[in-house]
Amino acid sequence: MSIKRKAYIVGAYEHPTRKADTLSVARLHADVAKGALDDAGLTKADIDGYFCAGDAPGLGTASMVEYMGLKVRHMDSTESGGSAPILHVAHAAQAIAAGKCNVALVTLAGRPRAAAASLALRPPDPDTPDVQFELPFAPATQNLYAMVARRHMHEFGTTSEQLAWIKVAASHHAQHNPNAMLRQVVTVEEVVNSPMVADPLHRLDCCVVSDGGGAVIVARPEIAKSLNRPLVAVLGAGEAPKNAAAGKVDLTFSAAAWSGPAAFAEAGVAPTDIRYASLYDSFTITVLVQLEDLGFCRKGEGGRFVADGNLIAGIGRLPFNTDGGGLCNNHPANRGGMTKIIEAVRQLRGEAHEKVQVRNCDLAIASGIGGALASRHVAGTVILGRE
Amino acid sequence: MTTVNRKIIAPRPHPETEPFWLAAGEGQLLLKKCGDCGEVHYYPRAICPHCLSGRTEWLTASGRGTIYSYSTMGKAESAYTLAYVTLDEGVTMLTNLIDCDPAALAIGQSVSVVFVPTEGGPPVPMFRPA
Repeated sequence: MSIKRKAYIVGAYEHPTRKADTLSVARLHADVAKGALDDAGLTKADIDGYFCAGDAPGLGTASMVEYMGLKVRHMDSTESGGSAPILHVAHAAQAIAAGKCNVALVTLAGRPRAAAASLALRPPDPDTPDVQFELPFAPATQNLYAMVARRHMHEFGTTSEQLAWIKVAASHHAQHNPNAMLRQVVTVEEVVNSPMVADPLHRLDCCVVSDGGGAVIVARPEIAKSLNRPLVAVLGAGEAPKNAAAGKVDLTFSAAAWSGPAAFAEAGVAPTDIRYASLYDSFTITVLVQLEDLGFCRKGEGGRFVADGNLIAGIGRLPFNTDGGGLCNNHPANRGGMTKIIEAVRQLRGEAHEKVQVRNCDLAIASGIGGALASRHVAGTVILGRE
Repeated sequence: MTTVNRKIIAPRPHPETEPFWLAAGEGQLLLKKCGDCGEVHYYPRAICPHCLSGRTEWLTASGRGTIYSYSTMGKAESAYTLAYVTLDEGVTMLTNLIDCDPAALAIGQSVSVVFVPTEGGPPVPMFRPA
């Protein structure tokens, strides 16, 4: 069974806050749910499916369904870190296609900035089998991604300047987003001269830490067509885990090398057909690896692909993260998957900022990498089309 | 020079990994090898991750390997180097590189194991230039 055109994204909302001093995590989830319902022209009573991941408090779906007073007949709390909302959109489409629900709400929200949460990986469950073989060596998000960058440089000659172009492109987009945390356009020199965080990644190779969140509503075709909104169809999706493979470590590619082709096959389109790309940008290297793995360029050629503004809307071949992305706009709950979907929906609707709106944007991709690229992560890919 | 300036969190062995940590206390690095499919794996499991056989056996590693990738993080005294080291036995493991100048490290460089004390637990395998 394919999910192609079995479901549509009918509502999308991004919370404007970047520091939620006075908003609880549960409140943020509810705020974005309300925003997405208003955007769709639906009401709470229309929701019969609910999706959230580990950023939701308490017992996840159960706690948030209670807080928001939802009455649902289908739930999914698939946890894959920051890529989870992308998997949730795909799972919502599957559930709708299978008749398990008609209108699915997906929420993501958090307040790591207000809570001054540590960037260290979450204190692990001692039953996790890998913990005893990793924790003593102090892996952090930054150095786990940095090891991927180092290996890419070694294998393919990728340079810090090439990685910097990814931040430069994001900053060109963020200047037009009044909610973005970093609105100043930066240069390659500024990126490579910013302080080293985890060699070879600099501070400006990293995403921001922000509060906030977002929500989308996925509905069956008949409902989507009854609403007064542009039609954004789910065309294909893929998901895949990757890890240290019992010692057969290969840092040159991500799980997007598996989730991407699955999504393209289901959608029946090719990378060259894509007009806009939302690519998970926890770090610049995350974007580079996905570009290769999703087939926008050959393996090893990501550095050359991103150089000279090729990701900048109106200038380059593949406009990416036109809201400024995680690198400049926001990274709510330390999870960038939801905002990737939302900006893709804006582009397909023609509702992106006029300075970054891609003309005739009829096909978009949203790709996420949740977890840590060098140890264990889950990639999610969804391809969306305007009708 | 990167030496170990931080307190190393003690590993919490599971029943199936106790031999690994006992050997670590004696300065030996153990791997697991499958008695059915013959594959060596790391981190060690009771069940072979390649074929799900329960006939896994301990193998004493040479303790030699090469740097697969690495990253130094932190300022001055608190800096440390996370790394993947590919052992001569073919598996790649997460570790730290110590007793080295981080700026002089290179992928492919030969390294050898050294066991470093932890806070109230068995020592853990780190590596330094051979």
